[in-house]
Amino acid sequence: MGLIARAIESAGVPTLSLTSALSITRSVNPPRAAFLDYPLGHTAGPAFDRVLQRQILLDALAGFQTIQKPGGVIDLGYAWSEDDAWKDSVMQPRAASGENVEEGAFEDDRTARLETPQYQTAEDQRRAESALARGGCPTCVFLE
Amino acid sequence: MAQTRPPIDYIQRTRDQYSGLGYPVYRWVESDSPPPLVPLKKPLSQCRVGLIASGGIYVTGQVAFHFSDDVSYRVVSTDTPTEDLRIAHFAYDVTDARRDPNVVFPIDSLRGLVKEGALGDLSENAYTFMGGIYSARKVREKLAPEFARRAVEDQLDLVLLVPV
Repeated sequence: MGLIARAIESAGVPTLSLTSALSITRSVNPPRAAFLDYPLGHTAGPAFDRVLQRQILLDALAGFQTIQKPGGVIDLGYAWSEDDAWKDSVMQPRAASGENVEEGAFEDDRTARLETPQYQTAEDQRRAESALARGGCPTCVFLE
Repeated sequence: MAQTRPPIDYIQRTRDQYSGLGYPVYRWVESDSPPPLVPLKKPLSQCRVGLIASGGIYVTGQVAFHFSDDVSYRVVSTDTPTEDLRIAHFAYDVTDARRDPNVVFPIDSLRGLVKEGALGDLSENAYTFMGGIYSARKVREKLAPEFARRAVEDQLDLVLLVPV
């Protein structure tokens, strides 16, 4: 996303990136970012907490005023839980077991890189396929 | 007693995971030049706001994302009812995003801030894609110029980017 932020800003439009992955943001270096130290998948706040979601967004948008130098990152200062124990189990792979397993190898629990659309529900799939059969999806933009 | 730990270094953890799986080191994008920075031209309360999110959000009826370097994107009307939003992504736990898409697509907060006057208005369309794209070249050559073009065409005063 940092590459996209840089391209949009280069075209003259100010951007602000939310992020929960500070190391990646530092590496890609978007124009402005607001860091929320939450587990991945909650970049804009906790589920169903509209009050906190709104406050997080307002605090992030303040970055448009407070960030004065390129690549500036503000720390929004919210904690996911009272302790940070959730961080201990993130991307900590289990040792692989079974025959012909090299010592120190990990279990590969990543999701397969499936090449067909992965619908959330069967009903979504039915609707999309029926739209395609009737002439396409005008709001789906395929760049390849 | 509550203990706080520093932010997770996802680059290091990815490196550890790949080496444990016997794969070559994954190379995250490293920018070697400072980013551009253009100031807002007006107060937030007068800004037309764009939203781009990479959490794999689509609207029921649209084609979902696939998991193999999908560089397509979806045009999502900012009037879309929140309950019509769906998630397809392989690289994060989508449980909460499927219960409340606002965690990766803060559309209700944005609509609320426009209503209360903190933001000027919302662009007619948001843009969404599935950010688990391993090819930085495809992002740089296909998606980035497309979104830059859209931001200018849509006459946006600012763009909020929400990765996962």
